[in-house]
Amino acid sequence: MVQKRTLRSRLGRLPVVHQLRQSVGLQRGMLIAGLVITGVFLFTAAFAPLIAPYGFAQLRGEDGLFGAQQPPSAEHWFGTTVGGYDVLSRVIWGAQTAFLVIVIAVLLSIFAGILLGLISGYIGGWIDRVLVVIADAVFAFPTLLLAIVAAIVISGGQSNLWGGVMAAAISITVVFIPQYFRVIRAETVRVKSEAFVESARVIGAKTPRIMFRHVFRNSTRTLPLIFTLNSSEAILTLAGLGFLGFGIQPTSAAEWGYDLNKAIADVTSGIWWTSVFPGLAIVLVVLGVTLIGESLNDLADPRLRTRRRAATTPADAVAATQPIAREELGEVV
Amino acid sequence: MTTTATAPAPGAPISASRRRRKLGGSLGRYIFVRFLLIFPTVFILVTMVFIFMRLIGDPITAALGGRLGAEELAQRRAEAGYDRPIIVQYLEYLGQIFTGNFGTTLTDNQPVVEVLTRYGAATFELAFYALIVAFIVGIPLGMVAAAVRDRWGDAALRVFAILCYATPVFFSGLLLKLVFSVWLGWLPVSGRASVRTELALGRQDGATGIYLIDALRSGNPAYVSDVLQHAILPGITLGLLTAGIFLRLVRTNVIGTLSMPYVDAARSRGVGEYRLVRKHAYKPALIPIITVIGLQIAMLLGGAVLTETTFEWQGLGFQLTHYLAARDFVAVQGIVALLAVIVALSNFVVDIIAALIDPRVRY
Repeated sequence: MVQKRTLRSRLGRLPVVHQLRQSVGLQRGMLIAGLVITGVFLFTAAFAPLIAPYGFAQLRGEDGLFGAQQPPSAEHWFGTTVGGYDVLSRVIWGAQTAFLVIVIAVLLSIFAGILLGLISGYIGGWIDRVLVVIADAVFAFPTLLLAIVAAIVISGGQSNLWGGVMAAAISITVVFIPQYFRVIRAETVRVKSEAFVESARVIGAKTPRIMFRHVFRNSTRTLPLIFTLNSSEAILTLAGLGFLGFGIQPTSAAEWGYDLNKAIADVTSGIWWTSVFPGLAIVLVVLGVTLIGESLNDLADPRLRTRRRAATTPADAVAATQPIAREELGEVV
Repeated sequence: MTTTATAPAPGAPISASRRRRKLGGSLGRYIFVRFLLIFPTVFILVTMVFIFMRLIGDPITAALGGRLGAEELAQRRAEAGYDRPIIVQYLEYLGQIFTGNFGTTLTDNQPVVEVLTRYGAATFELAFYALIVAFIVGIPLGMVAAAVRDRWGDAALRVFAILCYATPVFFSGLLLKLVFSVWLGWLPVSGRASVRTELALGRQDGATGIYLIDALRSGNPAYVSDVLQHAILPGITLGLLTAGIFLRLVRTNVIGTLSMPYVDAARSRGVGEYRLVRKHAYKPALIPIITVIGLQIAMLLGGAVLTETTFEWQGLGFQLTHYLAARDFVAVQGIVALLAVIVALSNFVVDIIAALIDPRVRY
């Protein structure tokens, strides 16, 4: 019961709900647009089997084979691919693959990044220095190249649905851990010197308890922002891997990047529907997620927030000590 | 992880800040420390790539596994030294890298450094075009967005910036190709130059491999226009990616400087709004761009791989995908390690330039 009450009172402070209330004008419009697009994406991913007219690897309907590179028609709204698949169905099923990869990649990297960041920031010393140098080295390197190397290791280049999804997700994770690490570490270093941490130490709390209960809970404010930024990057990396041929086999799952790769030759002969639709799907999803992330970023930064009659909010205090926008651009804090 | 481990924690920030104070101040010192930092960065990346690539076994089996018999495979592995303990191989690899030997590709038996010198120029040229596009598009639009902040123009420009980021380079490349090369027929579909130009430029004495320079030196306007025509679409494709980032950065920074006290002071002295924006807000807002360019080098390289594949631009990235498809992991490992060195070096250069321009960075 107690938990329920706190839950309800906290609803207004949930990341997105709070910002939605705080926003005005155009900024609110951008946030809402982002939420709507992302909502459509999540809906499509969840109900892909019901929405899609055909299976992602289906080659024949009731009246025989679909045929390759058929232009859009009543049966195939978006036409068919060079391999004879229905483009619309593959675009819809692709949402599911993208969603799975984002969730696994972001969860894994949040988990690992937070753990390392807490340890590094709280314990300090040589562990901290070594981890920071490693994180900076990985951070400075092209995301896609690291992901390629990781994908080679994990899947050997090609695989079934779960193998492919895991390969893409883990390779993206390798690249994302440093980002969470940096943010959580910076926060931990800041929170560590607060009076309540010292009090906890004085009354004899153990280090793990202080780390997870006192420090971690006060270091999570930037997570929603990075979460959205990383989700969009995860989609782009997945598509990039697929485009370079490290994607998932077309018979195992639908993947937008793979479809675009197969469409390179089509474009030269003027066949537009095989590339335009999967590409638009990527752009829309990344756009939606990024709109949310941008809005959260602006709302947390008083220099960027559209001014409103109401005076200061908790986010002002937050942003005054640490402008997120600068950190996200890689400035070392 | 108990109380003993926490003991150094309170002391750590003090010692760190003391060290920083000692190092800061002198530019020479700063450059020296930055230079030393190149080594751990390269070392870590090379080690990571090595460990990753060896996790899947040895490159010979990966490249030729299906094609050769077990005995012949074992023999080839022994010849290349892949049957020795992994630690020996690792130390040997580090030694090779230190002497500038990044290995020899398995499929076409070329030193990786050779591959780099042959195709690196093309990638460099592409990145150069992309940066020009990014500057021309990103910086002025960012200034405009900041000037019309929170109005429709601003919103449209910001959505444009997000679209630049949200569109994968290979998709924007395909779209541009579809519209301008296939439908309108204005520009060539792919490649760095038409075959005739390529041959003529290659025959020249002291060809740099950077086609624009070679074409200019040849003095033949037909070559120059041919090279430029081929460069437009790839340059725009890769440039827009960075342009979006510049736009956002300039906008944020100009808004930041516009709210500075000295801008208010200037306004109260009666300085006009146009002059205020031009003279007071833009200049300090542009300094961070230099630092960001350093970070963009990594992104440009990643984007170049995709752009080159889309446009069959014969550069390093195109070569990398070629070796990936052939499962030549020695080549992949070599190219990636070499790129790690390039990224570390260019970050070093950018850091130095930033420190020269803005003394605050040094402290």
